[in-house]
Amino acid sequence: MTPARTVGLLLLAVMVAAPFLPLGVSREYTIHVLVQIFIWSFIGGAWSLMGRFGLTSLGHGAFLGIGAYTTTLLWNFFGLTPWLGTLAAVAITAIFAVVVAYPCSRFQVVGHYFGLVTLAVGEVIRLLIVAERDWTGGSLGVTVKPAGRDSLLAIQFADKRVFYYGALVLWLAGLYVWWRVDRSMARSAMEAIGEDETAAASVGIHVTRFKIGITVLSAVLTAIGGIAYAQYISYVNPDTLAGIGVSLRIVFAVVLGGMYSLLGPTVGTALTIALAEYLRILFGLKFIGMAETIYGFLLIVIIIFLPAGIYGSVSQLFRRRPAAMATAARTTA
Amino acid sequence: MIDPLFLAEAAINGLLLGGVLALLALGLNLIFGVIDIVWIAYVDLVMICMYAVYFVVQVYGYPIWLGGLVSVGLGALLGIAVHLLIISPILSSAPVNQLLATGGLLFFLQSFATFLWTTDHRSVRLNLPRLEIMEMPISVARLIAFALAVLVMLGLYLFLTRTYIGTAIRAVSQDREAMSLMGANPQRVYLVTSAVGGAMAGIAAALLIIQYAVHPFFGAAFGPITFMICVLGGLGNMVGAFVASFIMSEVIAISGVIWSTEMGYVIAFVVFIVMIFARPGGILARRS
Repeated sequence: MTPARTVGLLLLAVMVAAPFLPLGVSREYTIHVLVQIFIWSFIGGAWSLMGRFGLTSLGHGAFLGIGAYTTTLLWNFFGLTPWLGTLAAVAITAIFAVVVAYPCSRFQVVGHYFGLVTLAVGEVIRLLIVAERDWTGGSLGVTVKPAGRDSLLAIQFADKRVFYYGALVLWLAGLYVWWRVDRSMARSAMEAIGEDETAAASVGIHVTRFKIGITVLSAVLTAIGGIAYAQYISYVNPDTLAGIGVSLRIVFAVVLGGMYSLLGPTVGTALTIALAEYLRILFGLKFIGMAETIYGFLLIVIIIFLPAGIYGSVSQLFRRRPAAMATAARTTA
Repeated sequence: MIDPLFLAEAAINGLLLGGVLALLALGLNLIFGVIDIVWIAYVDLVMICMYAVYFVVQVYGYPIWLGGLVSVGLGALLGIAVHLLIISPILSSAPVNQLLATGGLLFFLQSFATFLWTTDHRSVRLNLPRLEIMEMPISVARLIAFALAVLVMLGLYLFLTRTYIGTAIRAVSQDREAMSLMGANPQRVYLVTSAVGGAMAGIAAALLIIQYAVHPFFGAAFGPITFMICVLGGLGNMVGAFVASFIMSEVIAISGVIWSTEMGYVIAFVVFIVMIFARPGGILARRS
């Protein structure tokens, strides 16, 4: 067994045992932060499936919003269990992702244009949620109707530890998908497309099919992440689950961690959430806006000084061929 | 059926809004065309300048033209600062990093404004006469803003075509490598472009504050639409951005009257998405 694998298994054991560790009064809070880290890492990983191939989406909030609102509204109005709601949400998100991705790849909307188009898509979903305020609750958001008791059918539990294990499993599943994509033929194809679409097409790679495939996969996983978050918080709001703000936050976390490595998105998400929580507690209600100001400032500084991301930069240090790694990172960017 | 008079009024309001949007889009587009980076935080710089006008005019009681001058100067300084502190260290980084650095600036400016000035809405009140044309009330503030915006755009056009540095700016936006081969210094051109782009943000701020209240999330309200206009016009394409501003502002104003303000924006975004697929290089681009 390699040392890295031993450390990994040990960490996993700690994660499984974490909810039962004697943390005293802060246990509930720690679990709460960890659940958020798992869910948002999962979402970050989903984003990086596209991001690492040069499809820089600035509108993943759209998929989060579609997922979260579909299950929540189906449950609130029709009493449909979120399990089936998730199926519906996945179907809708997949169709929506195809509708966005097909023209984008057909007309070669790439680079800055792709970023701005997806940004617009994210805003469309946010504004639609706000405009349809009669049943979405508009900008005030909507509370997931309480089932009244612990219910597997409604995915509502009083004990945060249930969500903790759920989120842990979700996160591991996300890592597995990332790893499968990383090992697949699709990765080589997508890297070729990311570098030069015309050249990729000329060697027989079906550019449109691969782009749509990876977009749908990324979108569907993001929607599932949104559903998980909505079920956990049991409240949905267009500003936290759609639009520019949340879309940029996902991208920040991933780029901060490094999007070319398996654990990069997780490291980045953990750091940004920990930082945001730390600053929030530090300032409390005294200096409103100060926490976010420092957050924004640190993001700029980190992006300027650690362009490969924190995890990426650290793992580059330990790699035997740092030069090769750097070139790979640059060409895929 | 909606009264045609309402529609006509909406169309005029859309036209007047289009002037200021065009100014915003041109500033952003100028920077993009030359430096090849989209300043996600551009409208947040406008927001900071709007606060400057508010303080100069409403709090300290100086005349509005002075507020405008302060705003232009501050805008130019902010433009230079953004370029020197944030953009120039990452000029050779991956595009996503460049986008995100200015995105970080967006968070920074938004929350810093919240911290300094709270989320209260603040506006500058000018005593302007009311104007009515064919029973349609026309906002004089908007009319002035529109006229000034058009003048500034003319000025920008003359600056880019008639001055030496303006010509250099256009040259860099056409071919960066060739310009450095000719022995020109792109760094200086970048700096001037950032200053001019920032000054345009300052002008836009002075024109916006007489029509809209400013708050820390002003950038979030006007930012997306500005990006859409730039892309719709073709990133870096000045004339395209100008035309696109009026298309978008008319769509927003008219569908805003027919349905609701949010739906106006939703339809504008949908128009944008459809247009970008129909004409990926911008509305005025020749089809390849």
